[in-house]
Amino acid sequence: MSTSHNNIDLSLEIWRQKNSRTLGDFETYQLQSISTDMSFLEMLDVLNEKLTREGKEPVAFDHDCREGICGTCGAVVNGIAHGPEPETTLCQLHMRHFDSGDTIVIEPFRSRAFPVQKDLIVDRGALDRVIQAGGYVSVNTGGTPDGNAIPIPSPTAELAMDAASCIGCGACVASCPNGSAMLFTGAKISQFSLLPQGQPERKERALAMVKAMDKEGFGNCTNERECEAVCPKGISIRNIARMNREFVKASFF
Amino acid sequence: MQLNANIPDGPLAEKWDNHRFASKLVNPANRRKYKIIVVGTGLAGASASATLAEQGYNVSTFCIQDSPRRAHSIAAQGGINAAKNYQNDGDSIMRLFYDTIKGGDFRSREANVYRLAQVSNNIIDQCVAQGVPFAREYGGTLANRSFGGAQVSRTFYARGQTGQQLLLGAYSALSRQIKTGKVTMHTRQEMMELVLVDGKARGIITRNIITGELEKHAADAVILATGGYGNAYYLSTNAMASNVTAAWRAHKKGAGFANPCFVQIHPTCIPVHGDYQSKLTLMSESLRNDGRVWVPKKPGDTRKPVSIPEEDRDYYLENKYPSFGNLVPRDVASRNAKEQCDAGKGVGNTHLAVYLDFSEAIRRDGQETILKKYGNLFQMYEKITDSNPLHEPMMIYPAVHYTMGGLWVDYNLMTNIDGLFAIGECNFSDHGANRLGASALMQGLADGYFIVGTSVANYLGSSDHTQVTTEDSEFKTAEEDVKNRLAKLLQASTARDEDKVTVDEIHKELGLLLWDNCGMARNREGLEKALQELPAIQDKFWNNVYIPGTGEELNQSLERAGRLADFLEFAEIMIRDALEREESCGCHLREESQTEENEAKRDDENFSFVSVWEHKGSGETPTLHKEALHFENVTPSQRSYK
Ligand SMILES: Cc1cc2nc3c(=O)[nH]c(=O)nc-3n(C[C@H](O)[C@H](O)[C@H](O)COP(=O)(O)OP(=O)(O)OC[C@H]3O[C@@H](n4cnc5c(N)ncnc54)[C@H](O)[C@@H]3O)c2cc1C
Ligand code: FES
Repeated sequence: MSTSHNNIDLSLEIWRQKNSRTLGDFETYQLQSISTDMSFLEMLDVLNEKLTREGKEPVAFDHDCREGICGTCGAVVNGIAHGPEPETTLCQLHMRHFDSGDTIVIEPFRSRAFPVQKDLIVDRGALDRVIQAGGYVSVNTGGTPDGNAIPIPSPTAELAMDAASCIGCGACVASCPNGSAMLFTGAKISQFSLLPQGQPERKERALAMVKAMDKEGFGNCTNERECEAVCPKGISIRNIARMNREFVKASFF
Repeated sequence: MQLNANIPDGPLAEKWDNHRFASKLVNPANRRKYKIIVVGTGLAGASASATLAEQGYNVSTFCIQDSPRRAHSIAAQGGINAAKNYQNDGDSIMRLFYDTIKGGDFRSREANVYRLAQVSNNIIDQCVAQGVPFAREYGGTLANRSFGGAQVSRTFYARGQTGQQLLLGAYSALSRQIKTGKVTMHTRQEMMELVLVDGKARGIITRNIITGELEKHAADAVILATGGYGNAYYLSTNAMASNVTAAWRAHKKGAGFANPCFVQIHPTCIPVHGDYQSKLTLMSESLRNDGRVWVPKKPGDTRKPVSIPEEDRDYYLENKYPSFGNLVPRDVASRNAKEQCDAGKGVGNTHLAVYLDFSEAIRRDGQETILKKYGNLFQMYEKITDSNPLHEPMMIYPAVHYTMGGLWVDYNLMTNIDGLFAIGECNFSDHGANRLGASALMQGLADGYFIVGTSVANYLGSSDHTQVTTEDSEFKTAEEDVKNRLAKLLQASTARDEDKVTVDEIHKELGLLLWDNCGMARNREGLEKALQELPAIQDKFWNNVYIPGTGEELNQSLERAGRLADFLEFAEIMIRDALEREESCGCHLREESQTEENEAKRDDENFSFVSVWEHKGSGETPTLHKEALHFENVTPSQRSYK
């Protein structure tokens, strides 16, 4: 490992909010000797251990896999969802991308559809409800044909896989000036509209998921492309275009 | 404790069919009268919830995360096995069965494993029908890769994100049932206690993680799908919230815990690099298809890997195990890595690492092909270590990964508590002393999609059921117990300020104790020492741990403390189990039990059994029961991968 073994000192400005009913504010913390081999969340662990030992409340933040796949972690770091590294979740961001003396501002993913629950933790249940509206193929368990009965060209499978790689973290929503969830929804609609399995419910799915998105209070897309820029999985906004086509076709044809 | 495995009669290949025919059914109109609780939304829990709801039961499903899609299963990388024989390379149900039971070192039940191999093919069909974007050949058929412990290509995959895609498939089926109202989904709810009424599992107590409120839930059957306990070691490849709490609570209410010492240490993980480290990252086993494992021949050779010429390298797996080479099973690969490092040939700053080298594969197949197979893993490796595996070999070291042990279940996946089922990694059923790669996903989905539904119907159809409600005294008592436990945790630590410790400090201490004494190689002396040292860590936890905040709010320190409290108790049966099992088998190497060539030596005469632990009350020594294993279709052989 080309580990550089540097240590850096940091000043952190972190959003603290007791619960969804109270107002929050920034608080400043100093951290010394943070190894640049640490991940961003390990740096927050160090802060929390320190706060706990001082008898103070640690900063609440969401995380689970710490491998960039579960989509649980996420915060806005210096104005960018998941921080400065492209295609990187917060848990995979490493401190070697910061310099000693830096001030780092850390806020929750903010959006109308994502109420803050505590400190950096938000409620992203709205994304689940969009999937519940139609993000599936309606097959019951059992009685399905042999896996090789439906040949799918490799390039099609790869395109569907690109769309299916979404981890549902919500960074797209948090970074969009309109709080739109179109990248998230477009990715799911694309996956199924590309695949033969998704054809029977293609129209209903597009209509139902778009409707659910509106109902949850997500905004519209005005082509700012912020979502694509912060997406840790590099989901392309071509998926939004595909969703729009699906929606139009479903509405008029 | 009554242990009847309830294995159906008849020849191996007909047992599952016979059993399904003999099982009781619940007619479709009656299913809606029953409520089933499913705890967990990983592959096992999500698939079971969706399937039971499709069948017409009312399902209440629980998970710790904010969404069912985030369960630990999402992180599985490499793939899922099935006996499709699409590659026409000699695979069959019998061969998958044989590989799995041999891989488990003949410490699992023939009947369970055979059934697993039988339903494996249905899983692939099911997932394809759901729109899971498996990798495809150019002609459009499904692609396969090879995994450790097998000489056929039977592993299906979706890039390096197979777990993600399979889980999203199960999650989509679950979402569809949430929409229909047949599943009520409770996210951010942690099961804290199991409720028994008349000796049957009839409900659970949960804590709402956001508000801290306790909730009582009643049902006709309870299914635990709560995953493995690898995080007992603090550092593991498991997600941070993975825990033993649900299984341990069930154990304390009477459920037997089987083979707790069987823990898989995965050979290819990114090595530890600092004491702040919170978890270890797996580099999928599939990498061993193309990566070659080596160390410098000379101990203490500090040259850069590229400057070490071929003749100074020891490709120790290829040399020692010519027929399996780099694809030996995980325990063999892990142990050999440890052996090399113990001999001073470890590489990197800590000398606790070996190389996994892709240069030959890149020369042979080209960068593009290699990146297509492993691109996201290479990227992940580079993000963490700042080194690019295209140019420098990876450094890897073994890490705790998977737990074969778990709640004891019979052929129906029911524990010895009536109405309490355990599926997925939280049971012990199919992997014996060692799990082969790509078999956990298979087992989780087999249990959830294709097996537990039959079991639940059989149980409900054959037992008398009284009505229970959450107002019954059993629920109130269980809730009180949870309240008291939480209060005890939150009790202001009486220790002097300088003696106060955090939850993580204790967890690291426990982890180290287990890793050093109950890890890749174990011996009596170390295990006895660990058993002696454990109570001091437990006492320190209960006396000195400091947990800020209250129980009536989102309190992550309290959540972690609750899980650690259970790990601290659970560790005792892990160590005792390792101590009792004086043989080496599967992942469990007892140093006292080795062949002349220093390979693991199994002792079928004395240890061909499943160990099942019974809880005897706090402070009492747990009792060991044994379920004897019978082999009628395979002959246990000493595993050899040479
Ligand atoms: C990095 C990694 C890679 C892997 N790769 C592969 C692979 O390629 N192939 C393979 O076959 N296997 C692989 N495995 C193993 C496999 O992923 C797991 O064994 C499997 O996913 C476990 O699934 P599960 O459904 O049993 O449990 P999990 O997915 O662990 O789910 C547990 C669920 O239970 C819930 N839960 C737990 N405790 C409680 C509680 N007290 N109250 C409420 N809810 C609770 C959690 O919220 C979660 O929803 C891998 C494992 C790891 C760590
Ligand atoms: S913690 Fe899972 S993606 Fe970051």
